[in-house]
Amino acid sequence: MFAYEFMTNAFAAAGIVAVVSGLVGYFLVMRGQTFAGHALSHIGFAGATGAGLIGLAPLWGLLAFTLAAGIVMGVLSERISNRDVAIGVVLALALGFGLLFLHYYTSFATQATALLFGNVLAVDHTMIATLAMLGVITLAALAAIMRPLIFASLQPELAEAKGVPLRFVSTAFLAIVALAVSACAQIVGVLLVFTLMVGPPAAAQRVTTGLWSGLFVSALLALAEAWLGLTMAFYTDWPVSFCIALLSALAYFATLSAGTSHAHAAG
Amino acid sequence: MSVVTLDHVTLRIGTRKVLADVSFNIEAGEFIGVLGPNGAGKTTLMRAILGLLGPESGSVKVFGLKPHRGNPVIGYLPQLRTVLPDLRVRGRDFIASSLNGERWGLPSVNQHDRGMIEETLDAVGARDLAARPLSDMSGGERQRLLLAQALIGSPKLLLLDEPLISLDARHQEVVIDVVHKVCRERKITVLFSAHELNQLLGTLDRVLYLGSGQAVLGPVDEVVTAPVLSRLYGTDIQVLRTDGHIFVMSRGRDVERTDHLHDHGHGHGHEHGHEHHH
Repeated sequence: MFAYEFMTNAFAAAGIVAVVSGLVGYFLVMRGQTFAGHALSHIGFAGATGAGLIGLAPLWGLLAFTLAAGIVMGVLSERISNRDVAIGVVLALALGFGLLFLHYYTSFATQATALLFGNVLAVDHTMIATLAMLGVITLAALAAIMRPLIFASLQPELAEAKGVPLRFVSTAFLAIVALAVSACAQIVGVLLVFTLMVGPPAAAQRVTTGLWSGLFVSALLALAEAWLGLTMAFYTDWPVSFCIALLSALAYFATLSAGTSHAHAAG
Repeated sequence: MSVVTLDHVTLRIGTRKVLADVSFNIEAGEFIGVLGPNGAGKTTLMRAILGLLGPESGSVKVFGLKPHRGNPVIGYLPQLRTVLPDLRVRGRDFIASSLNGERWGLPSVNQHDRGMIEETLDAVGARDLAARPLSDMSGGERQRLLLAQALIGSPKLLLLDEPLISLDARHQEVVIDVVHKVCRERKITVLFSAHELNQLLGTLDRVLYLGSGQAVLGPVDEVVTAPVLSRLYGTDIQVLRTDGHIFVMSRGRDVERTDHLHDHGHGHGHEHGHEHHH
């Protein structure tokens, strides 16, 4: 399977994105903001199609829109990022705009499936380099704010009293999520970012309650799901994103049922 | 020595005046019960002491200084609203996150920090608890853990915002006893806000009663009286005393108890952590 360059490229790209998604997603789950992450990816869709309309690579439109939306969400309010209805409306609007942009740029329509569901097998060296750079920036930013981010996520009132700038931290975090979403969408598409950004960390939180172990398991799970998904797709000819989504769901529900039976056993 | 001094202080949230022209002085080592109806400004007062809310007029002094965020001499236990139901973070990690949590960079806990955490966990009898995730704890266990956290760094002033809420009577007593014991040993001044006066009667030195924008600080016998409380509640209040208990009644209804039950209805309760497993 590794005799094909498109497969080695796919493994490299999926590997980078999986680790970034698993790590950033861990905090998304911890903060209960998974829906905000989902919304950012949909808003990114409008950006990606919009970029196509003006002749830019979709990734840049995706980046610009998710970043802008993440920052706006963070600045508008500490809490708006948790308001499902407001986010849902914006999300739907963004998808609508994405459709409008596609409508005016019809030759771009073949790209729509790739944007929505990912196209990791078409990744080239330039894309890998871009994703690696994006990954490094994302993780560096995450590392810079990790300590106050954890404090603010777990105990916002106390963190505020201790001098943590809550709004800045939450805005910076959503910007980081935006970067991760943009990278993630290159692999599994905007509709399936949950499979790498939410599935693995949610499963990790069921298996371990430690912070570092949780981050480690989350990244490892995401990586395993991405690479196994690729392998599975190679031998079955099913779409890669489907395979990753399937593995992600299986892992999550496996940890969920394991956790439940454990709790029952413990009384 | 004065620990908290308010001098003609007016606090406002948006357009609502929460406290108007309030003055009082809390001395070192006092255990103050902070009481009053919902919305009377118990949390707001604590936020002012923490430096999160500046007074519109008048002056707030904490240990003689203007309040400022991140004051290391204050330990704070906020009223719990935001614990995510599915939060699977180990108690010890939860506490550790608050240590120097305002600094940038990666989280890290050194030997000294670890020692401080263990020491306060022991002080409130929560060492075994800390290995479990928060989502598996009962309300009482969680409050003990958070109390340990508030004590880290040897604060001189402890602000406890409704630490008894959603606890059953037995756990309420445990929390009060632990606070009382630790704070007396360490000579910590305590502001303990609560809905019900009776559990605190044996413990508190003075009571700070808030209501209708006013505040009255003094011994229970002078503050919890029909004339004072009628003024604070803005309605006709009777105070009944029967051996060791005080009942604050409005038109035959127990004011504190109905307040308390009302708050129960908002789903703060986590008495049984296992309900969150699916």
